[in-house]
Amino acid sequence: MTITDQVVEKHGLKLEEYSKIKKLMQREPNLLELGIFSAMWNEHCSYKSSRKHLKTLPTKGTCVIQGPGENAGVIDIGDDDAIIFKIESHNHPSYIEPYQGAATGVGGILRDIFTMGARPIALLNSIHFGSPDHFKTKSLLNGVVSGIAGYGNCIGIPTVAGETKFNSSYNENILVNAMAVGHAKKNKIFYSKAKGINKSVVYVGSKTGRDGIHGASMASAEFDENSEEKKPTVQVGDPFTEKLLMEACLELMKDNSIISIQDMGAAGLTSSSVEMASKGDLGIELSLDKIPCREENMTPYEIMLSESQERMLIILEDGKEKHAKKIFKKWDLNFVVIGKTTNTNMLTLKYKNSIDGEIPIDALASKAPVYDREWVKKKLPKTKVDFKKLKKVKIKDALIKILSTANHSNKSWVTNQYDQMVMGDTVQKSGADAAIIRIHGKTKAIAVSVDSSADYCKAHPLTGGKQVVCENWRNLISVGAKPMAITNCLNFGNPENPEIMGEFAECLIGIKESCEFLNFPVVSGNVSFYNGTNNKNIFPTPVIGGVGLIQKLDKTMNHKFKKENSNLILIGKTFGHLEQSVFFHEIYSIFEGQPPEINLVNEKNNGESVLEIIKNDLADSVHDISHGGLIVALAEMSFETQFGVKINKPKKLTNIFEYLFGEDQSRYILEIDNINLEKTEKILKNNNIFYENIGTTQKDFFEISKEIKIDIKELYQINNQWYNNY
Amino acid sequence: MNSSVIVFPGSNCDRDIAVALEKMQFKNQMVWHKETKLPKSDLIVIPGGFSYGDYLRSGAIAGKSLIINEVIKAANDGCLILGICNGFQILTETGLLKGALLRNKNLKFINRDVNIKIINNKTKFSNRYKKDQVLKINIAHNEGNYFTNSEHLKELKNDDLIAFKYCDEEGDINEVSNPNGSLENIAGILNTKKNILGMMPHPERMIDDLISNKDGVNLFSSLLN
Repeated sequence: MTITDQVVEKHGLKLEEYSKIKKLMQREPNLLELGIFSAMWNEHCSYKSSRKHLKTLPTKGTCVIQGPGENAGVIDIGDDDAIIFKIESHNHPSYIEPYQGAATGVGGILRDIFTMGARPIALLNSIHFGSPDHFKTKSLLNGVVSGIAGYGNCIGIPTVAGETKFNSSYNENILVNAMAVGHAKKNKIFYSKAKGINKSVVYVGSKTGRDGIHGASMASAEFDENSEEKKPTVQVGDPFTEKLLMEACLELMKDNSIISIQDMGAAGLTSSSVEMASKGDLGIELSLDKIPCREENMTPYEIMLSESQERMLIILEDGKEKHAKKIFKKWDLNFVVIGKTTNTNMLTLKYKNSIDGEIPIDALASKAPVYDREWVKKKLPKTKVDFKKLKKVKIKDALIKILSTANHSNKSWVTNQYDQMVMGDTVQKSGADAAIIRIHGKTKAIAVSVDSSADYCKAHPLTGGKQVVCENWRNLISVGAKPMAITNCLNFGNPENPEIMGEFAECLIGIKESCEFLNFPVVSGNVSFYNGTNNKNIFPTPVIGGVGLIQKLDKTMNHKFKKENSNLILIGKTFGHLEQSVFFHEIYSIFEGQPPEINLVNEKNNGESVLEIIKNDLADSVHDISHGGLIVALAEMSFETQFGVKINKPKKLTNIFEYLFGEDQSRYILEIDNINLEKTEKILKNNNIFYENIGTTQKDFFEISKEIKIDIKELYQINNQWYNNY
Repeated sequence: MNSSVIVFPGSNCDRDIAVALEKMQFKNQMVWHKETKLPKSDLIVIPGGFSYGDYLRSGAIAGKSLIINEVIKAANDGCLILGICNGFQILTETGLLKGALLRNKNLKFINRDVNIKIINNKTKFSNRYKKDQVLKINIAHNEGNYFTNSEHLKELKNDDLIAFKYCDEEGDINEVSNPNGSLENIAGILNTKKNILGMMPHPERMIDDLISNKDGVNLFSSLLN
């Protein structure tokens, strides 16, 4: 087949990129080679538009064992224990085929974790759908949730936290981000870097089929009216095989048989073999006729580009083949030596005794294009909304309306479909500020949370980027964990559009500022561009997945009220920022204005003081104040308890709406018993923290000065209606 | 007391039940499904999970595995057998327990804490509980909707073979407190000789106050009693 311009474009490559390929190859590639370039040079695998910006993120810290660049990030949590975690997107496939797209998203991220030697201990997800009224939303929601459940439940790893959000910007491009967290011994971590020449390259796991061919290229382009036709590029998941693969890999990892190991994720056999060779500065030779195939007559092109799931590539130490094979046979999995490492620095593909393709490894990896795309700065919106001129509403009506919206309703309809308790170490599950997972057999735990604030990021990407890191930090603090590190999933529109590229660049600046100031490094992540259909882009949606450490399990915290007559201490200053708030969006449909500002100094001081109060056993419950403001936070603290609140009228702020619904940042609510009040105040005063004692807890009723008095059971019922009626 | 936990490919509550058994001082061994001999056991547990990926039908392939013949033999010799969740499904596939577990009525996987009532506390598995005691216990399944024919249902009732029923916090057994559509709210049943118990809820998840509660502990201490 001659390579025409159309063939090049069909592979998602630009003509100037093709010229570069010819230069690097010093000849014209054949179709197989072109396919391999397209798999390695697409946005999803090469990070060609994002690389320049990603480099600016802080990735080092005392706890960091491995930052970005490996299958997942690794942090040290003391006592020989390491936590390995990463978040990844599966947006495009999930929109085309929600069940399989979401399921294989979970499967893919799990492989990234156990490839490194960790037993996965928790799954999280962040899923964004279009407007609930959009005709596709309901079936996408159903499909994605059951796909996540189908995979995670079957493999037996608890899905412990997540977020489900709705916004019309995702009408034709949903987001499905899955995060996995694993535990390993510090001295037993496995990497993908190949070492040594003439070492056996082994293929293990499922057979290779024709599913998912060009999946990564599909995920590197916008959708159009023909996106349905891309269904065959979506992979099909088999969690049962993944469970076997996981157990077999972990069993083989007990001794020293493995030199390096890499899962076959996006771009399958191509990217896994190239990555291993590239990191090891070696060549790799594969005999494609040895690959176990599910279907007959698969061509080298199909074999190299298939994204069939549940497969791994392992480079073994000499003489370990028999031992390794025995383990994989025990688990009824394929185990085939398909090639060897070489000193040629070439990817050499043999098929039936002839060389079908030969490409310099560096042409596929280090010499792949990197773009410094044009981007424009977004100005801070100037519009000021004059609240006094708006039509009056009642506080009670506004609260009820917010608590019954899709975005702020109780999500147990979603989370009850996930097995949250399997593995027996889930101390705190979904519905809390962060989930808590005990380290098996120990008295310490980690806290995990995923967060996003697309509305804020849309209004002002820099502030939004900053805010979402802080929000995550706050959630970990609120359950008594010391925030350690994050992983990020950066979901954006078309990077070739300077405004979208600007959203990306500025969100990253914001993320960087917060991470640096809070000493909260980025250890892994993923970029997903081209989220849009026919030039309509999604809101910029960086999703942050954070991990915190709880040194002693008797010092955990949650946000549920524990008793009556406790003091309610509001930490942090309330200015009453309503622009970009849930209140303005849901009650007035006002979408103009700037998001609330972040003061990183206050953020850090407030958070560290809250942690100090928790560590000293002074608080009975803690909740961060987030979307919806003080009033929504208080309502959430009362749900599923017998206690409501009695809040006094604010002394300084004249406008009670700003006080209750404002989304000023860096704030927490603490429930403090009278006997602990003095000690608590002492800590707060010592640390120069602004705080207010705003009222008390009381039995049964949610009461704010003379404005609202409602039975908490009624309020909770209101919060539970949306999903059940949808 | 010696216990054995059978491990199938796809079992995923095997570690959890082993932790519970060891915590309760059982001498426990894990038995791989390809084994053809069982170690000496007073109790055999078939754990929860997705044996063989639930392919064909949940429990169907495990019900035909090598080790199952040994389990059936041991059961006929009076050994105590406990099947939890997928284990219950497997036991119905082998015929050791009658009836079947159908898809949940709402056609969704359900994971949450529910209440169950002790219907028969005069068994090897439940003698440490009080009759009509209400437990809070976790369920996690797609196919937990118990069904059987009217003749067998009569037998279950007449011979006191219903171990647990789903109920509400007050112990009322009604449609609202039935999470999955099970016939007469049945959550667990015994065989005629009462040495085999199949149950959908997970007692091994209820042994630690830090994680949940200790409502499952007495099931294990009943066995030791």
